Amino acid sequence: MSAAGARIGVITFPGSLDDGDARRAVRRAGASDVGLWHGDADLHGVDAVIVPGGFSYGDYLRCGAIAKFAPVMTEVVRAAGQGMPVLGVCNGFQVLCEAGLLPGVLTRNSGLHYVCRDQWLRVDNNTSTWTTRYEPGAELLIPIKHGEGRYVAEDPVLDRLEGDGRVLFRYVDGNPNGSRRDIAGITDERGRVAGLMPHPEHAVDPLTGPTDDGLGMFLSALDTLVAA
Amino acid sequence: MARVVVDVMPKQEILDPQGQAVANALPRQGFEGISEVRQGKRFELEVDDGVDDDTLARIAENFLANPVIEDWAVRRVES
Repeated sequence: MSAAGARIGVITFPGSLDDGDARRAVRRAGASDVGLWHGDADLHGVDAVIVPGGFSYGDYLRCGAIAKFAPVMTEVVRAAGQGMPVLGVCNGFQVLCEAGLLPGVLTRNSGLHYVCRDQWLRVDNNTSTWTTRYEPGAELLIPIKHGEGRYVAEDPVLDRLEGDGRVLFRYVDGNPNGSRRDIAGITDERGRVAGLMPHPEHAVDPLTGPTDDGLGMFLSALDTLVAA
Repeated sequence: MARVVVDVMPKQEILDPQGQAVANALPRQGFEGISEVRQGKRFELEVDDGVDDDTLARIAENFLANPVIEDWAVRRVES
């Protein structure tokens, strides 16, 4: 498959905000972007899916709790089970946790404040589909903007995530939300499904973001799709 | 028809910054002697008689609460 032949879908829920930037990031990485509609139980043959940031269904009940029942998510869960790469950013991370594709849950920031700033992250693991372009230990500057980004899971779950190398990113230079063990992003057992609170799609062009450090996530997945 | 109340509370070991903020605001208003506040949610459901307890438990466990961080309790009340 050529890079441009790789089709990466981006879901739009009612209340999604970052679907436009996610699609732009996909194009900037060299792949083709495909819009996916929340009410449409069809992935239209895409090779990977991005669940973008925003406030799906108004964040009612809990962040991501209603989105997980959207018709498109049933298909995402099924495709993820078959190994399709899936990335959840911010609200998308919350949706993937609620849907059971990733362990744990994102809760109200410990300081109660909505935090919007450029944040340093450290790459913990580069073997997942979405992080192969990074060097382990590399530090990235990527925007965060969330009110409920404190990653919580029981200690045995956290121990297993760390022991299996499934923590992808940690916050450095200050934990913005009280996340357990400074966790900013994780992946599933196969390294195909990833979720993180920071917004790599907002850091793909130095003209509009702090860096282009986020582009590597999209290029990483594209490498896998092209090699397949 | 019956009224069912589902209470959802953050687990005791889970940090509850909203409850803490409420607790911290009480002394500023002159209310003393309240050492802890935990903030949760209460759902009121109007339920047909044919809906059994097992169904209500599944609604609470799988949807109204996230059992990773929250406990829940279902009770039927007089409507």
